[in-house]
Amino acid sequence: MTDLSVDLGFIKLKNPVLTASGTFGYGIEFTPFVDLNKLGGLIVKGLYFHPREGNPPPRLVETASGLINAIGLQGIGVKRFTEEILPQLRNYDTALIVNVCGDEDQEYAAVVDYLDRHEGISAYELNISCPNTKREGRCPALSPLTTHAVVKLVKEASSRPVITKLSPNVTDIVEIALSAQEAGSDGLSLTNTFLALAVDVEKRMPRLSNIFGGLSGPAIRPLTLRMVYQVRSQVKIPVIGVGGIMTGNDALEYLITGAKAVEVGTANFIDPQSSLNVIQDLETFCNAHRIKRIEEIIGSLKVQDQEKLV
Amino acid sequence: MILEEDSDIFVLAIEVIIMHKEPAALIVQKQTWNDYFLLRMRVKHIAQESHPGQFIMVRPTKNLDPLLRRPFSIHSVLNDCLEIFFLKSGTGTALLSQMGQGDSIDILGPLGKGFYLDRELQGKRVALVGGGRGIAPLYFLAQRLLDLGALPYIFYGGKTNSDIPLKQKFLQNNHQTFISTDDGSSGFKGFISDLFQLELDRIIPSYIYACGPEDMMKKIARMAQKNGIPAEFSLESIMGCGFGACWGCVRRIKKGTREEWVKICEEGPVFSSHQIIWQDEES
Repeated sequence: MTDLSVDLGFIKLKNPVLTASGTFGYGIEFTPFVDLNKLGGLIVKGLYFHPREGNPPPRLVETASGLINAIGLQGIGVKRFTEEILPQLRNYDTALIVNVCGDEDQEYAAVVDYLDRHEGISAYELNISCPNTKREGRCPALSPLTTHAVVKLVKEASSRPVITKLSPNVTDIVEIALSAQEAGSDGLSLTNTFLALAVDVEKRMPRLSNIFGGLSGPAIRPLTLRMVYQVRSQVKIPVIGVGGIMTGNDALEYLITGAKAVEVGTANFIDPQSSLNVIQDLETFCNAHRIKRIEEIIGSLKVQDQEKLV
Repeated sequence: MILEEDSDIFVLAIEVIIMHKEPAALIVQKQTWNDYFLLRMRVKHIAQESHPGQFIMVRPTKNLDPLLRRPFSIHSVLNDCLEIFFLKSGTGTALLSQMGQGDSIDILGPLGKGFYLDRELQGKRVALVGGGRGIAPLYFLAQRLLDLGALPYIFYGGKTNSDIPLKQKFLQNNHQTFISTDDGSSGFKGFISDLFQLELDRIIPSYIYACGPEDMMKKIARMAQKNGIPAEFSLESIMGCGFGACWGCVRRIKKGTREEWVKICEEGPVFSSHQIIWQDEES
C-alpha cells in the first residue's frame, strides 16, 4: 500500500491528482462518474464576481491530439457559487480550490474577499492566464510586473493560500514565476493553454468565433513539461504540472520532473473518470516499483552532467 | 439502483439521468450506402434506457488523434442493440466507417433530453421532417410513436436519391412516407420543407418534429408557428464532452424573457420552437 499523499506546504493532498479548472465544471456535474472523495483535490471552473456570458460559438475546435477552446469563462459568479454549489461541495472530503478570475486586478481581490467569508475552500488558484477573454490573449501573466501586481493585491485580500496559474505564452516563464513568488504566491500551476489559431480553408475563416483560443490536450504535454523543468529549480514554492495528462504515465513525467502535484484537464471530456484512472495508475506504478511514498518520486529526474557529455 | 457488472453506471444527481459508459460495445451489423453508414451495436443498458432524441458519444479511436468523442443521435433501438446512422464527413466518421461486425467501440450514453412522447398523442397525426443525415433520430421516434398509437407522417428529403438511403426502411415499416430530392431523382422535386408545406393543410398534424439543416428547420418552425402547431427540433453542434463539462456546444436559447448561451448537450439537443432563436434572428 503506497502513501500517495503529497504535502504542498500550505496544503496537504491525499494524492497528487487535481482536476483542472474549466474541465470539471463545478465538480457536482461529475458526481455521477467520480467519487470526489477520492481526488487529491478539485479545482472548479473559473469564477468572476458576476455571472458571465462567455463567447459565441463556435467555441471549440479539435486539432491533432489537441483541443482549442474559446469558451470565454461562462460562469455563475460568486453569489450563486456560494449559495448553490459550495454547500454541496462541503460534503466531500477533498481539497476544494476555487479558480479566481477578474477583468481588473480589483475584481480578483473582490472575488477572493467574497469567498473568504465562506467556509469549505482550501485555496485559490489565480487565473491570470486565460487567453480567451481579452483581445489577442492579453492577460496579467504575460509580464512580471502585471503578475506581481495582481498576486500582491490578491494575497493582501486573501486569508487562504494562493496558487498562481501561469501562461505558457511568454518568452521566459522563469521570470514570471519568480515575480509571482516574490509577490507572495504560495504555489504555481504550470500552465494554462497555449494561444492558438485554426483556419477553415473552405470558408477562409478562423474556426473559432473568438479567432484565437487556448490549445490543450496531449499535444502540449512536452511543452508544459519543459516549463515545469525550467521553473522547478528556480523557485522555492511548489509547482503543479498541468497540460495533456491522459494517463498515470503522463502524470509521472511531471512528478519525476519536479511537480508536487498535477491537474488532469482535457482528458475529463473524453473519459469523465480520467482523474480516477490516473490515481489508480500511480498506485499501480508505485506498487510495481516498491515505492512506499509517492513523494519519493517527486523531483527524482536524473539529468546527466552536460559537461561530461561533451 | 442496481449496479450491473458489465457496464459502469452513473446517476446524475440533479436530474436523475441514467448514463452508462460502455468501453467495448460490440458491433453486430453494418450497412453501407455510398458515404452513409449504419452501425448496430450491442449495448444492453444504453439501449434499454434510451429515449428518442437522445444521443451517445462515440470514441472513434483508442489513440489520441482524433482526440474527442463524437455525438450521434440514437437511430433505433432493437432489444439490447442500438443503431447509429451517419454520413462520412470528417476524420471521426471516416474511422467509424471503417469499423465493422466484430469490432468494438467505446460509447457513453444515453445523453441529453429527447423528443416529447406522450399518450396524449395516441390516435393523432404527427409529422416528422428529416433532411439528409438529420433523419437519424426520427426513425427511433417514429417507431415509438407507432407503439403509442400515434400516426406518424414521415417527410424525408435529400439533395439527390443517394442522400435518402433509409427510404425503403420507412416504407417497409408501414410509415406514411413522403420523399423529396432537390434534383427530382426521387419523389417530389424540391426541398422537403416545400413538400411539407404542400401536405400540411391536408394532414394537419398535432405535433411536428424536425431534424436537419438549419434553413430547413427554420422554415418548418415558421410553418408550425403560423399554424399554431407545437414543434420540436433536434439541434446539432460540435461537442467536446457531451455531458455538460466543457461548455463548448452552446446556442442562444430563450429562457423566459431572457436569452442565454445554453449547452445543447445538457438542455437539448431537442428544443421546442418557442425556445430556439434561429441563426439570422440572433440579436
